Amino acid sequence: MREIHVDQVADAVARLVQEANFKLSDDVVRALSQAQSLEEAPVGQTVLMQIVENYTIAETEQVPMCQDTGVALVFLEIGQDVHLVGGDLYEAINRGVARGYTEGRLRMSMLNDPIQRVNTRDNTPAMIYVDIVPGDRLKIKVDTKGGGSENMSQLKMLPPSAGWEGAKQFIVETVAAAGPNACPPLLVGVGIGGNFDKCALLAKKALLREVGSPHPDPEWAAREQELLEEINKLGVGPMGLGGVVTALAVHIEVMGCHITALPVAVNIECHSHRHKEVTL
Amino acid sequence: MARIHVTTPITPEQVRQIRAGDEVLITGEIYTARDAAHKRMVEDLAAGRPLPFDPEGAVIYYVGPTPPKPGQVIGSAGPTTSYRMDKYTPTMLRHGVRLVIGKGYRSDEVKAALQEYGGAYLVATGGAGALLARRIEEAEVIAYEDLGAEAIRRLRVREFPTICINDVHGGDQYFAGQSQWVKPDAMVKPKPPVASE
Repeated sequence: MREIHVDQVADAVARLVQEANFKLSDDVVRALSQAQSLEEAPVGQTVLMQIVENYTIAETEQVPMCQDTGVALVFLEIGQDVHLVGGDLYEAINRGVARGYTEGRLRMSMLNDPIQRVNTRDNTPAMIYVDIVPGDRLKIKVDTKGGGSENMSQLKMLPPSAGWEGAKQFIVETVAAAGPNACPPLLVGVGIGGNFDKCALLAKKALLREVGSPHPDPEWAAREQELLEEINKLGVGPMGLGGVVTALAVHIEVMGCHITALPVAVNIECHSHRHKEVTL
Repeated sequence: MARIHVTTPITPEQVRQIRAGDEVLITGEIYTARDAAHKRMVEDLAAGRPLPFDPEGAVIYYVGPTPPKPGQVIGSAGPTTSYRMDKYTPTMLRHGVRLVIGKGYRSDEVKAALQEYGGAYLVATGGAGALLARRIEEAEVIAYEDLGAEAIRRLRVREFPTICINDVHGGDQYFAGQSQWVKPDAMVKPKPPVASE
């Protein structure tokens, strides 16, 4: 049994939320560079240049690349031989988020209640996801996710007769409807299978993969490629102004499901995909 | 597609010059407002109270900036998604607001109101908050301070870069731009604007 103090978790979260907002990770930088080599529309090229210039300024000046510094998604993979000591883990994570957003002068975008709508002024609550895994390590992944792209996400419980063609139609329609609202070129996270809630979680977890890394199953990797090609036929382009690069990548995560069901979830992410991780 | 320089306040003649697809560079004073501020402004108007700024010829920018670092005028300040303001925009246009800046699709009602009252919808590059902040020279909260990032700010901008999406003549640049690049076998086609009277 390896002991980890929850304060270490709080410190890591406070650091990661800032790093994520100031410095675009290498996989997203590579994907944007590839987009620049693929884009044919002059206005699309101009937008991509602005996006690159923007993240360069953010990194140099240590300022947020986008004013929507997001809701803090904190994914923990806790080794089953880890013993967390020193207090309440969830409280520590929220403490880390509050400190990171205050220190980093990030925008406080979280409300106490969806109808009352009073700002909590420390960007809590964080969205916390926990997986128990073998081993004695603790992996923390942080994704600071903007509201504009999240709002364009959809979930549908399709009938099994819809099959892959029906799923594909729903996914492409969702991306088309998102258009410029979600700040393309997009990263498209897709969940297929599970049940209502697991399906949405699969779509979210699909976003955490290294951008452009194919699904390990070649059949699903081919479907990711097929979807990317269909999405890039839409003509939406960078910021919806027209072009050939509407999405940077499509990631699919799958899970078995009930004989009655074909759940499909599409979680949309903007070009400023801010994710960082650390292992304690 | 032209490059047009405008200085606030905006006149109806200037609005008529702006065409969908034009690059519009704005200089002068503009006002920030997002969902919560729009809701209050529309409530103020309904109650017969004046707006926190003179709406005649005004420019509204849909933005909630990050807090500035010491020595900065404003933090990152890119556009937020505009459709959330659709419910309020016709009222603002009716009271004299001429230009609104955000990102993303607008409703048919907003497009019709732009033509009826004489306004244009402009977009700035979403996610380019650090870059766009460099065109902002002054920032001051003038109303609804309790809303934090959503308070109304008066910004002084110099050549703030935007592109016109919906003009007073019924032009729609999202449709025009996407129609140029959509593939013939695409599963979904760009949605044409609804023709207005």
